Amino acid sequence: MADPNSTPEKKGMDRRQFLKNSGLLAGGLIGGGLLGSLVTNEVKDSKKGTQSGTTGGKNGADHLSDARIFFSREEDFQILAAATERIYPEDKNGPGAIQLGVPYFIDRQLAGEWGLNAREYMKGPFLNIPESNEYEDLSKTDKGRSDQGPSGDTLNPLPTPRYQSRMTRAEMFVVGVRAIDEAAREKFKNGFTSLEPEQQDEILTHFEKDEVHMPSVSSSTFFNLLVQTTIEGCYSDPVYGGNRNMDGWRMMEYPGPRASYADQIEPDEFIVLEPKGLKDYQGH
Amino acid sequence: MVTRKLEKVDVVVVGSGWAGGIVAAEAAKAGHKVVVLERGKNQKRSDFIGSKDELRYTDRFDLMQPLSSETITSRVNIDDVALPVRTQTEMMVGNDLGGGSVHWAGSTYRWRPYDFEIRSKTIERYGEGKIPKDSTIDDWGITYDEMEPYYDKWEKTAGVSGEKDPLGPPRKNDWPNPPLKESPPLKLFKKAAKDLGYHPYQLAASNLSQAYTNPDGETLNPCMYCSYCTMYGCDFSAKSDPLATVIPTAQKTGNAEFRTNALVRRVLHKGGKATGVLYTDVMTGAEYEQPADVVVLAAFTFSNNRLLLLSEIGEPYDPKTRKGVIGKNFTIQGDITFLGARGFFEDKKFNLYAGAGALGAGYSDYDADEFDHTNLDFIHGGGIELRQYGYAAVGLNHVPRDTKKWGAEFKQKSLHYAYRNLVVWYTMAVMSYWHNYLSLDPTYKDDYGDPLLRVTNKYTDQERNLARFGIEKCAEVVEKMGADIIDKDTVADDEEFDHIYDGGHYTGGVMMGPEPGTSAVNSYLQMWDMENLFVVGGSAFPQFGSHHPTPTIGALGYRAAEGVINYLKEGGGLLVQGKSAKANA
Repeated sequence: MADPNSTPEKKGMDRRQFLKNSGLLAGGLIGGGLLGSLVTNEVKDSKKGTQSGTTGGKNGADHLSDARIFFSREEDFQILAAATERIYPEDKNGPGAIQLGVPYFIDRQLAGEWGLNAREYMKGPFLNIPESNEYEDLSKTDKGRSDQGPSGDTLNPLPTPRYQSRMTRAEMFVVGVRAIDEAAREKFKNGFTSLEPEQQDEILTHFEKDEVHMPSVSSSTFFNLLVQTTIEGCYSDPVYGGNRNMDGWRMMEYPGPRASYADQIEPDEFIVLEPKGLKDYQGH
Repeated sequence: MVTRKLEKVDVVVVGSGWAGGIVAAEAAKAGHKVVVLERGKNQKRSDFIGSKDELRYTDRFDLMQPLSSETITSRVNIDDVALPVRTQTEMMVGNDLGGGSVHWAGSTYRWRPYDFEIRSKTIERYGEGKIPKDSTIDDWGITYDEMEPYYDKWEKTAGVSGEKDPLGPPRKNDWPNPPLKESPPLKLFKKAAKDLGYHPYQLAASNLSQAYTNPDGETLNPCMYCSYCTMYGCDFSAKSDPLATVIPTAQKTGNAEFRTNALVRRVLHKGGKATGVLYTDVMTGAEYEQPADVVVLAAFTFSNNRLLLLSEIGEPYDPKTRKGVIGKNFTIQGDITFLGARGFFEDKKFNLYAGAGALGAGYSDYDADEFDHTNLDFIHGGGIELRQYGYAAVGLNHVPRDTKKWGAEFKQKSLHYAYRNLVVWYTMAVMSYWHNYLSLDPTYKDDYGDPLLRVTNKYTDQERNLARFGIEKCAEVVEKMGADIIDKDTVADDEEFDHIYDGGHYTGGVMMGPEPGTSAVNSYLQMWDMENLFVVGGSAFPQFGSHHPTPTIGALGYRAAEGVINYLKEGGGLLVQGKSAKANA
């Protein structure tokens, strides 16, 4: 869905249109699972340059879990998917966010304790001031690992601790993706998913620069969350729904969790290992 | 709510990290009945087998204190309104059995003679005028030579693996184990440092280089360099922590009981003596009173301070009058500390997915008072160091600073540089000031209706200048290492505390010192104002030394344990007299 105007993906859109026209979607015979899987299959199709079916393929088994459990509106999810693909696009290195399953990863994160702010202090009073809004940016907190190295980007002093919104992250995402679409319609008279990639980037840049008004939370906060979760979805263990087929790790040459790297610690040359996930690690 | 009164014990310990675990083990070994109360859950090594999961532990902070009931509030100036630190991204404090010592990296350093007598030694060498403006730095009431045997004892318990720092403080014995393996990044750093005329060495680590049985009979395994150290519990007992050492040691005596999910809410006292503690079982909500002859607060800095303030023990510090002691001399090593320079190397690619928490190299040429500060606008210093923690995939996304942080360019460069960048940073000391302190928040409360702890913390030119100095020194060695791109951290003139509480290095508030009135505890960590109450941990630091705090907390744990045992033997009294009391005697 990242680039609905490219020819193969247009075919994907056509297929969806076909499904809609045929009444399959409206009739509920095809649920969100299958529809959701279109998100990935369309990109796969574009890669192969063919138009295969919506099930089967290398990752067919994974697709049984391709269903939304957080986003109730399908269109919200499509906007999210398109935005993640701009943040982590398919390129010569390999798949982008959609093919890696990132939209499903985010959907599940938002349905769980992280999205619900279950482990955060959410008692009032809430003092929501602009200065307290910018947070959760990978580059700005160095991911909470001062021990793992400094970065000039950690230096963003604010007069208050950052998160002072009464909204949960899950609520920020729903409001956020709708604000993306609204911004797209305002500027380009078209929904976000129908825009050219450059236009989509332009909209996202407005959010990055905090130029869009959102209630109770700054647009840059939402954008930072979106970037953070997209990167996490590309590179976290596949058990969470992203990093499909460990292709994120494969692109990065990251071998996954293992009992030992004692043989890799001293050699001078870089050693590439076939990645292994938690499933392998817990299975031995 | 009916409070159930339990059977009295000799010692009740609050907190089960290094400090509490050591006191519990030593008191139990000496034959005393000990109960340890831990607010978090029970856990053991098998909890970490098969759970090397970056998202769960590094990105979602599984081992950290959930903030839903309790956090801290934070502000910069003494007249600001403080706001709560709401998310775990901004606030990381250890939790559960073993405390913060379970998720630590294993960084092991002794602080120096200068640290323990900083006020006297600074005045002696440079004169009174060299003491930073507004600072309240002080001598500890104990010297390095007096601390040495306690450091030695803790290092043997932990099985520390290290190499001698050529500029390090004097030590009677070598580290118990040889250093970890030397990886290519460490070699590159050491060679560059040597070429610049410095004195590099392999950092000491509590990640073990070989199998080791400690003096208590606990066995630790050799590190496998799997990289899941910091933010994780070790699945192989190759990182020394209380779960692998002092907790089983205490349990084996049959004299110590560890109760988890037990949130201590008050220290109970009568007639100037502690009588026990009040705690809530967080699973059932039931309230208990645990009476004891000696109460030991060995929780995290924040909890030690908050419990004293909530229990109305000691005089709370007031920055306006500069009177009182509880909450005074609070310091944070973080944010403006650990700055330095990151180098990107086009022709080098390191196996950075492998590593260990304290695998690293450093040099002390710009540490403490090893160099002349006469013409410098700060005191103290820090270590220059490079670590190979080992990174998982989300953490491997460092790109040169001018790179866009998302999109095609980010993807291309993050994949290209994933294994081609190394960072060197300055582990600098942090001084204490009259305006940085801990108190109770007037507005925000926990689930039980008790006020949250409030942090007031502000930078001064001492910290900014020291950080800038360190950054230049880090960049010097990164350049010598042959980096093609060097991203130096920057410190603005108005650089201010950013309210990010990561890294766990927050100390003070219950400071140690030679005198009652200006300090809260004596050199045995015994409260001047309440002789059967010992407050142990980073809360006792009068200021923050260069390098990480854990070994000094371990050493103070052994010092306090000796104090508790002596106190019980002698049947009461202060173990140390203040200088003025001595003069009157």
